[in-house]
Amino acid sequence: MKFSEKWLRSWVNPTLDQVQLAEQLSMAGLEVDDITPVAEAFNSVVVGEVVKCWQHPDADKLQVTEVNIGTDEPTTIVCGAPNCRQGIKVAVATVGAVLPGDFKIKKAKLRGQPSLGMLCSNAELGLSDDHDGIVELPADAPIGMDYREYLELNDVTFDVDLTPNRADCLGLRGIAREVGVLNRMTVTEPEINEVKTSHDQSRSIELVAAEACPRYLGRVVTNVNIQAETPLWLRERLRRSGVRSIDPVVDVTNYVLLELGHPMHAFDNDKLSGAVQIRMAKANEKLTLLDGNEVTLQDDVLVIADADKALAMAGIFGGEASGVTAESSTIFLESAFFAPEAIAGRARRFGLHTDASHRYERGVDPELQRTAMERATQLIIDICGGEAGPVIEAKDERYLPQPQSVKLRKERLANVLGIRIADDEVTEILQRLGFTVEADAEAWQVSVPTFRFDIAIEEDLIEEVARIYGYHRIEATAPAAQLRMVPRQEAQLTTNKLKNLLVHRGYQEAITYSFVDPKHQAMLFDDSAALTLPFPISVEMSSMRVSLWPGLIGAVAHNQKRQQQSLAFCETGLRFLPDDKAENGVTQQAMIAGIRGGKANAEHWNEGERAVDFFDIKGDVEALLAATGEAGQYTFVADSHPALHPGQSAAIFKNGKTVGYLGAVHPQFEKKLGLNGRTFVFELELSAVQQRRLPAAQPISRFPSIRRDLAIVVPTQLAAGEILKAIENVGVNHLVDLNLFDVYEGSGVADGYRSLALSLILQHTERTLEDQEINAAVKAVVEMLTNEFGATLRE
Amino acid sequence: MELNDIVAKAETAVAAATTPQELDTVRVEYMGKKGLLTEQLKSLGKLSAEERPAAGQAINQAKQQVQQAINARNEELKQAQLAEKLAAERIDVTLPGRRAAVGGLHPVTQTIQRIEQFFGDLGFRVVEGPEVEDDFHNFDALNIPANHPARADHDTFYFTPKTMLRTQTSGVQIRTMEHEQPPLRIISPGRVYRNDYDQTHTPMFHQVEGLMVDTDVSFTQLKGILEDFLVNFFEESLEVRFRPSYFPFTEPSAEVDVRRKDGQWLEVLGCGMVHPKVLQAVGIDSEKYTGFAFGMGVERLTMLRYGVNDLRAFFENDVRFLKQFN
Repeated sequence: MKFSEKWLRSWVNPTLDQVQLAEQLSMAGLEVDDITPVAEAFNSVVVGEVVKCWQHPDADKLQVTEVNIGTDEPTTIVCGAPNCRQGIKVAVATVGAVLPGDFKIKKAKLRGQPSLGMLCSNAELGLSDDHDGIVELPADAPIGMDYREYLELNDVTFDVDLTPNRADCLGLRGIAREVGVLNRMTVTEPEINEVKTSHDQSRSIELVAAEACPRYLGRVVTNVNIQAETPLWLRERLRRSGVRSIDPVVDVTNYVLLELGHPMHAFDNDKLSGAVQIRMAKANEKLTLLDGNEVTLQDDVLVIADADKALAMAGIFGGEASGVTAESSTIFLESAFFAPEAIAGRARRFGLHTDASHRYERGVDPELQRTAMERATQLIIDICGGEAGPVIEAKDERYLPQPQSVKLRKERLANVLGIRIADDEVTEILQRLGFTVEADAEAWQVSVPTFRFDIAIEEDLIEEVARIYGYHRIEATAPAAQLRMVPRQEAQLTTNKLKNLLVHRGYQEAITYSFVDPKHQAMLFDDSAALTLPFPISVEMSSMRVSLWPGLIGAVAHNQKRQQQSLAFCETGLRFLPDDKAENGVTQQAMIAGIRGGKANAEHWNEGERAVDFFDIKGDVEALLAATGEAGQYTFVADSHPALHPGQSAAIFKNGKTVGYLGAVHPQFEKKLGLNGRTFVFELELSAVQQRRLPAAQPISRFPSIRRDLAIVVPTQLAAGEILKAIENVGVNHLVDLNLFDVYEGSGVADGYRSLALSLILQHTERTLEDQEINAAVKAVVEMLTNEFGATLRE
Repeated sequence: MELNDIVAKAETAVAAATTPQELDTVRVEYMGKKGLLTEQLKSLGKLSAEERPAAGQAINQAKQQVQQAINARNEELKQAQLAEKLAAERIDVTLPGRRAAVGGLHPVTQTIQRIEQFFGDLGFRVVEGPEVEDDFHNFDALNIPANHPARADHDTFYFTPKTMLRTQTSGVQIRTMEHEQPPLRIISPGRVYRNDYDQTHTPMFHQVEGLMVDTDVSFTQLKGILEDFLVNFFEESLEVRFRPSYFPFTEPSAEVDVRRKDGQWLEVLGCGMVHPKVLQAVGIDSEKYTGFAFGMGVERLTMLRYGVNDLRAFFENDVRFLKQFN
């Protein structure tokens, strides 16, 4: 809601300056977003009259004028505006004036003719974008008067960002009332009287949808001169509220909307046929709106119609066919109460948002229709002439909002606020707000005037009392509660712990958008049908991620473009897998993922550099798995994944179920994804690593451990992981550790084979192992390797 | 040769030895099985029984004297050798060490962790929930029925008329209250989504919402806990003001502003007393219990705390930006 400060002060004028007034409104819940001057700075512009005007002798498009600006001698000014002519009142920038844009007016000669000033357009004064000629002022504009003073331009526009509950302040009347309450001042409202009717032409009204429109007032005004000009004061008030002047009838309805907060509509009466009906649209009924767009309506959209057709979308937008035009002379004025529920959401459905729909959605005073009608009628007649017919009112009391009476219990007020405000002060606050109050020992019974249609329950009153009392006066105390510990599961590996583990291994946590480029996602996960946002910010942000990889790959690509070499990112968050059986059709699964690219280590004077590889990221995954204390429940199995290099990818199993993947991003995608070189990724279901084994302490052996090394030769394609698993499964007594410490292929080992060097660490908890026990254990392992894998011992 | 001469010669030889090996050669020469002093002992047999003890003693003394000289020299040589070895092992301690790269948590995460810590210490439990929400949890249960103007203010990303990306984490509070009765103290951090993208809006951002429901929860306590939080979060005694506002799910409602160094007020929080309809919608007796709720934008708090100017930096994941928070 935008309005001019001077306009507000004509209703109620507290002794506060602009800034204090804005602060007061903001602190009462009417947040002042902005205060802007209604005109840019300029000076030395005065009202003048063109007393003579003739063609410039040496220039076709220029005229020479003599202008009376209240000085003894007329001033000679050359003007190029086509509308410059003798007799008009104009805005004259005199020599020495400074106009917006630091434009200085100096003595000049134009094609040989001296010019001592400039006749201004509104655009040159920064008052509008209208470059169509110079300003023409009303005939009664006083010659010589400062133009700023004449237009009262030393004024500001307040822009108040109103919350949806305060629709009562969507008109100056409501704002003024609030200022009155806050300053304990009476508000001077403009006098609004019943307009005398001069004929009895009318149009009958049928409330077909009375629940949606329980009150509708209509009036026929004849002989309206639509060509009349809207007076400057009214145009200025509209302008200062951010509303453009259109024609006097539209200007008046807009003015009433701003002044009283009540929307109105005017129809060209000659284009209506029969009674005006307020009814729901028929399904698929068509209506061409004032902006020329045709819409197809549904049967929950309220329309104003005549006997033949829909005329307007009630409370939202007028129709083109029935609108007032330059040719109109008889108009039908509408002032109606539409139920907010009947209007809410409809405008948005059609991509519309109008000043009227904004108010009707939030509510208007259900008793204000007649006042608005009389106000608009009077203004139209004042400006355009015309004769008013009788006001026809159709209403259905059943559906009109009933006056509210709300009980406010003293105890409840004190409990919710935490302070006890003196009863008298509460009563006084409620009365100042315009409420009628009856108090007894326990409560106030509060009758709410119709203009505060937002008040319906006790909490609404509590808020009103607190707001007017002043939030700043309510003290701050520490909450009191029973001390109860928050359960903390020691066995839980929190997301933070897991992230910290990665951070200590060099990962930078990233936060990437949950919606990704569908092109990238489809490339990496060709078999998944991701959830798609129908109205995304952009196509590149329209597909809900089915993995954290697309976002992380994007982060790496972004940084590589910015000369960053060694990159390691991790992220936790949800992935979204469409699933008809899941709540809301989507499984939202928490994942932990990482990505590495570039160098494995920072350049160092004493260390060789190398590129990051599969086993770097696998080590990171193994560290996560080890954090559970039960690394043995996980296995890595070579497996293909559409996003990954077929020879460098593995599925991660936990107790036989896939819980994640790791590998190199498939080289064929690197370029398309903007990646520079090999990039490795992993992703795990967070729930698969969130439980750790609680320690169950075992005695430590005091006896020496024995190490035996084996070098075996096996076919290269045999997975080392399986061999290690098999050794563990042999069940050799006292095997406490098993390590693969060398892998060798090449000279001395046949093609297609490789040598694996293993160390077995054996230890007994109660005694020193004897040679034959050790030998038996090693033998059992060797036999198994020979039988199961065809391994031979390397000599 | 006189015993004295032998000792003197031996002492000279010991002094002349420059390595342990040379010294050992000297030892063998004098003290070894065939060493000069050992030979002297053998010659005792030639002496008379009367002479023998004195001569033996003299020889032993001589041996001791030489042995001491050897030991002393040996120690000297060891010291010298050690000093030489140490000198050879000297390194330039100012060369850079081997650093294992350590990353860091995202600043948004760090802020969330700090908030969780502050409220966790007061017994607030952290709860999380789904990001694809239904209109009941995101709107209806929060007293934002269909067509409520507040829905339009949310710039919601809808999938269907009934499902959407959550616009606030309040749905988590509803989900908690559906299953638990007061006393309740929870905070719910997480991602939220609004269809808006410019210098001051990103389509995804983070909120932490808090809720306390108990028998005597009041507006004064809401003020108390939030002032306490802001002072502790910013670690300075900021000027804080509570300004009346409107949220469908709280009443009375307030926005909380802090005074910046330039004197301007900046909104950092929204809060209020839980609307009775919200409690009723989840089966909590709104006569017996009252509650407060608050919500804060994590990015905005982080920006204020660390002087970040562009919101969008949080989601570009430029390591040069992120590393500043490590």
